[in-house]
Amino acid sequence: MAGERFRSSCVCIACGLLLAGCATRTDLPRASAAPLTAMHRDDTLWLERVSFGLDSASVESYRQLGRERFLERQLHPGETGALPAPIAAEIAALDISHADPAKWLAEVNAQYKVINAMPDGTDKEQARKALNDRGNKLAYEAIRRDLLRAVYSPAQLQEQMVWFWLNHFSVFQYKANLRWLVGDYEERAIRPHVFGHFKDLVMASLEHPAMLQYLDNNQNAAGHINENYARELLELHTLGVGSGYTQQDVQELARVLTGVGINVGDTPKLRPELQRMYVRRGAFEFNPARHDFGPKTLLGHPISGRGFGEVEDAVGLIVSQPACARFVSRELALYFVADNPPAALVERMAQTFMRTDGDIGAVLHSLFMSHEFDLALGTKFKDPTRYVVSAIRFAYDGRPISNTRPVLNWLNGLGEAPYGRQTPDGYPMTELGWASSGQISRRFEIARAIGAGNAGLFDPEDGAAASAAGFPQLSNRLYFEAVEPFLAARTKEALNRANSQQEWNTFLLSSPEFSYE
Amino acid sequence: MNEPHLNRRALLKLGGAALLSAGVSGRLFAAPAGGARFLLVFLRGGYDSTNFLIPYSSSFYYETRPNIAIAKPDPASNTSALALDADWALAPAVRESIGSMYLQRQVAFVPFAGTEDLSRSHFETQDSIELGQPLSGPRDYRSGFLGRLSEVLTGPAHPTSSIAFTDALPLSFEGAAMVPNLSLKNVGKPPFDERQARILSDMYTGHHLEAAVSNGLELRHEVAQEMAEEMSEANRNAINTKGFELEAERMGRLMRDKYRVGFIDIGGWDTHVGEGAAAGPLATNLGSLGRGLQVFSQSLGSEWNNTVVVVLSEFGRTFRENGNRGTDHGHGTVYWVLGGSISGGTIAGEQRRLAQNTLFQNRDYPVLNDYRSVLGGLFRTLWGLSPEQSSRVFAQTSLVDLKLV
Repeated sequence: MAGERFRSSCVCIACGLLLAGCATRTDLPRASAAPLTAMHRDDTLWLERVSFGLDSASVESYRQLGRERFLERQLHPGETGALPAPIAAEIAALDISHADPAKWLAEVNAQYKVINAMPDGTDKEQARKALNDRGNKLAYEAIRRDLLRAVYSPAQLQEQMVWFWLNHFSVFQYKANLRWLVGDYEERAIRPHVFGHFKDLVMASLEHPAMLQYLDNNQNAAGHINENYARELLELHTLGVGSGYTQQDVQELARVLTGVGINVGDTPKLRPELQRMYVRRGAFEFNPARHDFGPKTLLGHPISGRGFGEVEDAVGLIVSQPACARFVSRELALYFVADNPPAALVERMAQTFMRTDGDIGAVLHSLFMSHEFDLALGTKFKDPTRYVVSAIRFAYDGRPISNTRPVLNWLNGLGEAPYGRQTPDGYPMTELGWASSGQISRRFEIARAIGAGNAGLFDPEDGAAASAAGFPQLSNRLYFEAVEPFLAARTKEALNRANSQQEWNTFLLSSPEFSYE
Repeated sequence: MNEPHLNRRALLKLGGAALLSAGVSGRLFAAPAGGARFLLVFLRGGYDSTNFLIPYSSSFYYETRPNIAIAKPDPASNTSALALDADWALAPAVRESIGSMYLQRQVAFVPFAGTEDLSRSHFETQDSIELGQPLSGPRDYRSGFLGRLSEVLTGPAHPTSSIAFTDALPLSFEGAAMVPNLSLKNVGKPPFDERQARILSDMYTGHHLEAAVSNGLELRHEVAQEMAEEMSEANRNAINTKGFELEAERMGRLMRDKYRVGFIDIGGWDTHVGEGAAAGPLATNLGSLGRGLQVFSQSLGSEWNNTVVVVLSEFGRTFRENGNRGTDHGHGTVYWVLGGSISGGTIAGEQRRLAQNTLFQNRDYPVLNDYRSVLGGLFRTLWGLSPEQSSRVFAQTSLVDLKLV
C-alpha cells in the first residue's frame, strides 16, 4: 500500500509541470496560462515580501512590470486591478458590506437593555444567545473579508498594510460591542488611509467607536478621568515608550480627550454656548458637557481649552514629533525588513516621514527601494498570517475557496487570530514572538492540515453538504519555476523521503524556505 | 557549569533521529531527583492587588473606594474580607482556596513589591521585569532572568530543566540554551510519527532553529504520554476540572515528573472599568486563579513540599478608584509566595501604613521591596546559590531574605 502510494506520488511530482496547466485546474487565472520566464532568487524573495506570498498571477505581473513599476502599482492600489469576480461576489453577499454601524450599535444597546430586564430563565438565555450569535457572525464576516482579500486581491501590498495598521491600532473583538464594529473599523477607519497621511489614520481610529470602546475613552469625562486610551495613544500608536513623554503628559492628554465618545441615541440637550461645540459623526460624538475646558500642557506646549479643536491640535502636535516619525518608521521596518532594522534605514524613512507630513506611501517607497531591504531578503520569519495566507496562495493559486473557517482555525491555532489580540500592543512582528519550540511544532501541524487535505476550504460556508475530499498539488508549475531552484539540499532530501504527495506537501510547507521570506 | 549544556548540544547534534527514536520518553527533559522546583505565575495587565490583599485598617481605603471597596472582615458575611492580621485581609473570592492555604502556612504575601520602572506601561514594565536587568544599563532582549537562572542551575550540582506553559516563549526565558514551551490548555494526539518527525528535524540540521524544531516535536510526544495517564485517571477524579484548574493540574503533573523551573502567564487583569468588589470580573479572575493554584499544589503530590510558587504582576493599580468604578495603572503591588513547606501565614517585607501622605506620587502603593532583591533572595536559599551565581541571575542587586524559604 505504502509502495503504491509512493509510486503514484512519484508520478505526480514528475509531471507536476504538465499537470498545473491541464484540465484538472480549469479555474486557474488566465494570466498563468502564459509561460513564466525564470525568476531570480532575489526576485522571488522580493515579491514574497511585498505580497502575502507567491501565486502565478503575482509572479506574472512582476515579470511583466519589473520591480519598480510593480511597486508603483502596489502603492496605488487603484491601478492593480479588481478582485476576481467570484471573490468580489462572496464579499458583496456579506451583511457587513451593507453596514450602518451606528444603527447596529443602537439596536444592540437596545436589545441588551431588553434582555437585561427579562426575568432569568430560558427565554432570557435564548435571547442572549441569539444576540451573541449575531455578533459572532458579524465579526466572523469581517475576518472572512480580510482573509479573502489577503489571499486574492491583486493589491497585495495594500492588504498587508491593512493587516499592519489593524495590528498597530489593534482592537479586540470580544470587548464590549466590538464584534458589531470591527468590520467597519477596518473598512472605514483603516483601509482608506493605509498609504495616506499618518495623522488621518490616527484621527480615523480616534473617532471610531471600536477604538473608543476598546480603550475606554467613551468613559473618559471631566471629573471622571480614564487615562487608558491617552496612554496607549502615546505609547503604542504614535511616540513609543521611552521617547520622552511623561506621566503628566498622559494625564494632560487624557484631559484633552474628555468628552470624546460614542452616542447612538438622541443628541443631548446642551446650553447654546456648548451646543456650538458639539460634534457628531455617525456613532462618534464629542460632547462638550463632558469635556474639561481647563488649560493644559502637552509635551511642553500649552493647549487652551476650547473643545474638540484641542484633540485635533494635540494629535497634530504628537504626530509632528520626530519621535513619532522614528517610531512609526521603525515599526514599518520591523514588519517589512528585519527584526533588528538597520538604524540608517529607519532614519532615512523618518526623514521622509517628517519631510512629507507623514506620507506613508512615500515612507514605504523609501523602504522598498533601499539596499537595506534587498540585503535582508530571505531572512524574515513569517508571522502566522503571512505563513497561512502564503500557503493558501501557493497551494491553490487563485482557485477561489468558498469556506474561510479552516483558515481562521489555523490562525487561531497559531495564536494570531484577526481581532483576537486581547492587549492593545498588537501581535509581535519578530521571530522571537513566533519561533519557540512549541510554536514551530504547532506550525508543522498546520502545514500538515494544509498539505494533506483540502480541510473543507471548498465546502459551503452554511454547513450544507460537503464537497469531495482532496489535497492540493504543491509540486506544481509555480513550484518548479519559482521555488524548487532555490531549495537547500536538506530540504530536497526531505522531500525525496516523502511517502505520498500529502507528506511531500507537508514537508515543503514545513521547510525553512517556506518559513522565511 | 558548561558541561551538561555541551552534552545537550552534542545530543542534539545527533539530530532528531537519536532523540525521537525508541519511544521518545523524555530523556532530554528528565530532571534528576533533588533540588527545589519553582513556578512563576505572571498576571499580565496589572492586577488590583489592593482589592486582593485588603488594607482594611486604613480608613483611607474605604474613603477612596466608595464603590469598589471590599467590606471589613465580618465572620457573619462571606462577602466580607477574610482577616489575616490586624491590618490585612484577603478577598472573599479566594477565601476557600488561598485563604485556607494561608491558614496552613503555605502562603505568604509581600505587599509594596515591584520594580523601579515608572513608565506605567504594561508592556514596558512586563518586559523590564521579565528581563530582570538593571534599569540603568542597555537592555538585552536576549536575556531573561529565568533564562539566566536556568543556565546557572544547569550543572552537576543542580541539574535543572525548565518549561514555559505558554503558546509563545516568554521573555523571562530568553537566553537559556533551549527551553521548551507548550500551552496545556488543549492537548491532543501528536500528529507526526517518528519517521516523519525525524525527516522534519533533519530538514533543520545546522539551522538556527534546529534545537527548537527537534525539542518541539519531542515535547509533543512527551506531553501526549503524560496526558494519556490523565485520561486513565480521569474517572477517579471527583471534581471535573476545567479552565485554568485543568491547566494547573497538568502543570503540576508535568513539574512533578520532569521539570524544575516553570512559567505560566494569565491575562485579563487590566480593570479600568467596572472591576467589581466581592463579586465581579476581578473576583472571578482571582477565584479561578486561587482554585487553580490549589489544584496545582495537590497534583504535585509530595513534591509540593519541594516547590515554591511566586505570583506577580507588572504593577499595582491606583489606590483610589477612578471615575468608572475601576482603577488605573499604578506602581507597587502585592506578590504571593506559595509552597508546601514555606514559612507562610505571614505578610512579609518592608511595609508602610497606608494613608494619603504615604502614597507614591499621591496615587499608588510605593515600592519598598524590589522584585530583583526579593526573587534573588528566594533563589539563593532555594538552590544555595553562590554570590557569583546570584549576580548572574540579577546583576547589581542586594538580595533580601524574607525568611519564607
